Amino acid sequence: MATPNLTTLGIETSCDETGLALYNTERGLLGHALFSQIDIHAAYGGVVPEIASRDHLRKLLPLLQEVLDQAGMQRSDIDAVAYTAGPGLVGALLVGACLGQSLAFALQRPALGVHHLEGHLLAPLLEADPPQPPFVALLVSGGHTQLIAVRALGDYELLGDTLDDATGEAFDKCAQLMGLPYPGGPALARLAEEGDPTAFKLARPMLDRPGLDFSFSGLKTQVALAWRDSAQDDRSRRDLAASFQAAVVETLVEKCRRAWTQTGFSTLVVAGGVGANRRLRADLRELASRDGVQVHYPRPEFCTDNGAMIAVAGALRLAGGESSGPAISVRPRWPLAELTRIAEGSGLRAQGPEELDSARS
Amino acid sequence: MNLLAIDTSTEACSAALWVDGRILERFEVAPRKHAELLLPMIDELLLEAELPRSALDAIVFGRGPGSFTGVRLAASVAQGLAFGLGIPVIPLSSLAALAQAEADEHPGLPIAAMIDARMGEIYLGLYKPDAEGLVVALNAERVLPPEQVQLGTEAQWRAVGSGWQTYGKALSGELGSRLQGQPQPRYPRAAALLKLAQREARSSRWQTPEHAQPLYLRDKVALTVSERLEQRRLAAVG
Ligand SMILES: Nc1ncnc2c1ncn2[C@@H]1O[C@H](COP(=O)(O)OP(=O)(O)OP(=O)(O)O)[C@@H](O)[C@H]1O
Repeated sequence: MATPNLTTLGIETSCDETGLALYNTERGLLGHALFSQIDIHAAYGGVVPEIASRDHLRKLLPLLQEVLDQAGMQRSDIDAVAYTAGPGLVGALLVGACLGQSLAFALQRPALGVHHLEGHLLAPLLEADPPQPPFVALLVSGGHTQLIAVRALGDYELLGDTLDDATGEAFDKCAQLMGLPYPGGPALARLAEEGDPTAFKLARPMLDRPGLDFSFSGLKTQVALAWRDSAQDDRSRRDLAASFQAAVVETLVEKCRRAWTQTGFSTLVVAGGVGANRRLRADLRELASRDGVQVHYPRPEFCTDNGAMIAVAGALRLAGGESSGPAISVRPRWPLAELTRIAEGSGLRAQGPEELDSARS
Repeated sequence: MNLLAIDTSTEACSAALWVDGRILERFEVAPRKHAELLLPMIDELLLEAELPRSALDAIVFGRGPGSFTGVRLAASVAQGLAFGLGIPVIPLSSLAALAQAEADEHPGLPIAAMIDARMGEIYLGLYKPDAEGLVVALNAERVLPPEQVQLGTEAQWRAVGSGWQTYGKALSGELGSRLQGQPQPRYPRAAALLKLAQREARSSRWQTPEHAQPLYLRDKVALTVSERLEQRRLAAVG
């Protein structure tokens, strides 16, 4: 039986953000709440996995109550539970997976472990004018820099990947070596807006070569050397930030152009935290409109990790009859290409225990 | 009253049901397979007892100390189940569970429960059975090097848990002459938690689901940037 009106709880705990959301197939997003641990990890200079896991477990239920209150719902109104099963930090993933799977078990509803990156790819579906596959996706975050061909929902081909640092990581590391506090990516991007992008001559990594792969560690070294040899004052900080950002953005934009040319797809989806970068957005818009390509972004709060994207990706797969459990498993490493095409909504598959229980009582 | 208990604080994974005075249990020593095993175990128990999950009154869980990942697993499953069913949780010590199992076999004597905490330390809890035979903690649980273990004033003790297996030699100074019998290799298990939970339930010592939190005992798990710099400075000076 088809379930036209399905409310899915989404749970995200793959790294240092605890995100919860309720998504309804007909009414859209009903509530979402997020706690970011950035301030907790700042003193350590990076994410400490054990501290992240501990904090997720403290925040999950209060945030769950918060999204239920936002939606004016009770726990029994949850029709299905989707949680991030990977990739990510194993301990952090386990907390969300255990809570999600056992909540579903108690409610006698289906649960599903969702791929974190599929969540990012499908986050634009939460917006008013959602993109239709096929499209090219640029995933740019603190952990990833990938170009992906989305032929259909669930049918993903990796077109290009970074050979070393992720884009957000490069932003953070360059910010750090110029003395900005962790995680300095957004601060560096703000500084860049006031600087002269031509002040420092930095090579555009991988642009001289064909293909869709990225590399940012060489650029990072160039920035380190340029900073060492500079006056190390506010002006050189601004100018170097602007020059670094220009080199990164030019590379990303050119690879996107190659990707939509190569695939012939006329839609680009940009996801991940670096998607908030204004220079990237402006340059992509310009080049895409010249080539007749439409660019879609999730709203800024859904560019970074969140529960809403997990709820929406989970809802599609759950409606297609997929489910996991009751055995709980997470996959810290999980290639996106292993995912399978999402079946057309055939409806929730009832879990065994539900039938048993109703037969018993 | 119907209670479900779970413990995953050590290499063992267990779940147990208390159904109007009857105890059913699943227990397996299976390192790194707890996440896979736990909910299916619970499912089996409920089926065997022919108990709908809505008939459960509270979720009891071993809140540690023990493996960080393990105690978090039990706590997060307890949270999910309790929130989903709208029932309270009863967090109990995994060291007390060890001591209870020991007290059931050797009634009367005080018990030193010890779990290997790695890094040259053990988790220690000292217990004594009450008139009903349920163990009572003599002091707060601690993490400490085995050489620093100090028993209470009682002359004769029993010892139990992986702490003894790993650090028997270092412990023998304090324990050696006061031990009665050979310490048993034993894991905390859910059935022992159920016994202890009776006392908690009778005095309504239960909590709302978000209070299902582990007791880690080790709270300093990483050095901050400034602590690392300070350490480097000291190393350079010294
Ligand atoms: N305006 C910006 N310009 C450049 N980088 C930015 C900007 N805003 C955020 N970032 C970077 O984005 C990253 C955070 O994004 P996100 O939360 O999506 O990534 P993550 O959780 O670290 O990685 P992943 O989702 O791949 O596991 C950080 O590295 C941050 O510095």
